[in-house]
Amino acid sequence: MDTFVLLAQGLAGAMEPMNLLYALIGVTIGTAVGVLPGIGPALTVALLLPVTYRLDPGGSLIMFAGIYYGGMYGGSTTSILLNTPGESASIITALEGNKMARAGRGGPALATAAIGSFVAGLLATLALAFVAPWVVRFALSLGPADYFALMVLAFVTVSAALGDSALRGLTALFIGLALATVGIDLQTGQARMTFGIPDLLDGIEVTTLAVALFAVGETLKMAASPSAGAEKIEAVKGSVWMSREDWKRSWKPWLRGTLIGFPIGSMPAGGADVASFLSYSAERSFARHPEEFGNGAIEGVAGPEAANNASAAGTLVPLLTLGLPTTATAAIILAAFQQFGLQPGPLLFANNAELVWSLIASLLVANLMLIVLNLPMIGLWVRLLTIPRHWLYAGILSFATLGTIGANPSVFELGLLLAFGLLGYGLRRFDYPIAPVVVGLILGPLAEQQLRRALAIAQGDPVILVSSPVALVLYGIAIVAVLVPLILRLRGRGKVLAQLASDED
Amino acid sequence: MSTGNPRRPDRPVLVIAAALFALAALIVWQTREMQVAATYARVGPRQFPYVVAAGLAALGVGTVIAALRGSFPEREKEEFGPMAWIVAGLVIQMLILRTAGFSVATGILFALSARGFGRRPVWLSFLIGTVFSFLIWILFARGLQLSLPAGPLERLFF
Repeated sequence: MDTFVLLAQGLAGAMEPMNLLYALIGVTIGTAVGVLPGIGPALTVALLLPVTYRLDPGGSLIMFAGIYYGGMYGGSTTSILLNTPGESASIITALEGNKMARAGRGGPALATAAIGSFVAGLLATLALAFVAPWVVRFALSLGPADYFALMVLAFVTVSAALGDSALRGLTALFIGLALATVGIDLQTGQARMTFGIPDLLDGIEVTTLAVALFAVGETLKMAASPSAGAEKIEAVKGSVWMSREDWKRSWKPWLRGTLIGFPIGSMPAGGADVASFLSYSAERSFARHPEEFGNGAIEGVAGPEAANNASAAGTLVPLLTLGLPTTATAAIILAAFQQFGLQPGPLLFANNAELVWSLIASLLVANLMLIVLNLPMIGLWVRLLTIPRHWLYAGILSFATLGTIGANPSVFELGLLLAFGLLGYGLRRFDYPIAPVVVGLILGPLAEQQLRRALAIAQGDPVILVSSPVALVLYGIAIVAVLVPLILRLRGRGKVLAQLASDED
Repeated sequence: MSTGNPRRPDRPVLVIAAALFALAALIVWQTREMQVAATYARVGPRQFPYVVAAGLAALGVGTVIAALRGSFPEREKEEFGPMAWIVAGLVIQMLILRTAGFSVATGILFALSARGFGRRPVWLSFLIGTVFSFLIWILFARGLQLSLPAGPLERLFF
């Protein structure tokens, strides 16, 4: 019952006129930026973080929630109308959705994606509200050693379990961890890896790194590769409304997608792309017309799109309750919290209950706004897709530097942006995943804190790290998460894993 | 395989491995230089950087092996000309931001990036970019109180 009361209070807070306005601005710009080709949710939230700098924490996080959900929505529009999905989680949507659009059924494809996202977002956000207090209760019983084990598990799943090479995933993670050692050590005040440069004392800004890797790196990569040609945009012909048959074929995939997406998103085991991939194969096996798959089956849009959004809400479970970001997007949201001195985790629910619950409630509000905003305004979003590449990337770069300048207008910070942008290009060139770098930077200091706290309690005896049952179970899962993909790869099943690789969200 | 010949090592990947070793060495050197109070000898600010350095070195070894076996994915040939335009844009913006102000500096970045994607003439892109950046400046510096450097152009209006 407690949850109902808290959620109702949160809704009351989210319905305040100013907060409604923040949510509306958030979903609008989130969708607008998310729709742009080549921009996934991680880049959307990183680019738009500076917009929220000067607001109060409550308003800022509400706007941010809108940006997050809006970015997810926008991505699905891109992948249906353009064959290059803006976000990796939408690759599956592109598979069937783009075929539907080519067959002149773009309207119903967009509609089932939008309504499916709404249904999934609604159910998954409610699930988040009910699951979170339980996880918080569990989290409060964890010691520093358990937390460290949890972070090791997150490191492993983000970097090594998915993707086509554990070597490259781990390398990306350790680059992030190395960057995380820069700055003042929180426990002793000791400056580390600063080379006497005062600008480095505060450490490396997560947003600078994320914007550089995603925006600058991606722009350089696009400019350099001759094969990245223009894609054909499918016009939306006919009605956007779904026929009775479309509804009948869509509602079960929506629910199944939600059921698959939420648990996968809430486990520290990869992001939305895994969920949408699994939902797609589930729909194919359930379908009454399996021969339509690959030629524009509406189930293949409805299910994965729902799974995609449900897992986006699921990601917030470990983020809010444990302070554990499992995707690059979640890592940037964590940075958004930190700019207000808030540390997500069980204590956030105790100390800032009002803020957390109005954030969760505003996700519900944002979800409702999105469906109202998206179906009638689809024509406007489609026009955004027609922006020529040279203007698009010039604009992206201007915005990327705007965020850095707004946070810290120094030549040094812009130099870092350029350096990390070149790093991002190099990582892309050699097929390294990007997300582990960002997760390593933000989770590195937290993992170190927990490790040192655990060791300090045991007066330096490392046995403490493996002496609690919870920690042992977590390490066990981590080992399985490394070994299973390794075996699959050795047996020639690496292709499937490569498809699951999360490049961006 | 980029080399096409399984016995020839993948040179760029060897460079990556060297960079990983260099980074590990840099961390070890910097961490040794630190003055740490004796109380923290066992659990202090030093251990974690050492762990990271060890990890980087191990991954460097793995990368060398991958380079010798040629197991990195194939890379397509890329053009560096367009990249040079964009990098030049970023460098110029960084250097003149303080004196020229946000709009003009970002206008140059805008124009040179568009040029990197093949858009000509540069002066027209520069005009478009400067107007675009000026609108952004009004929105963010005036509307959202972000501290974006003002130059002659901005002071002309505000």
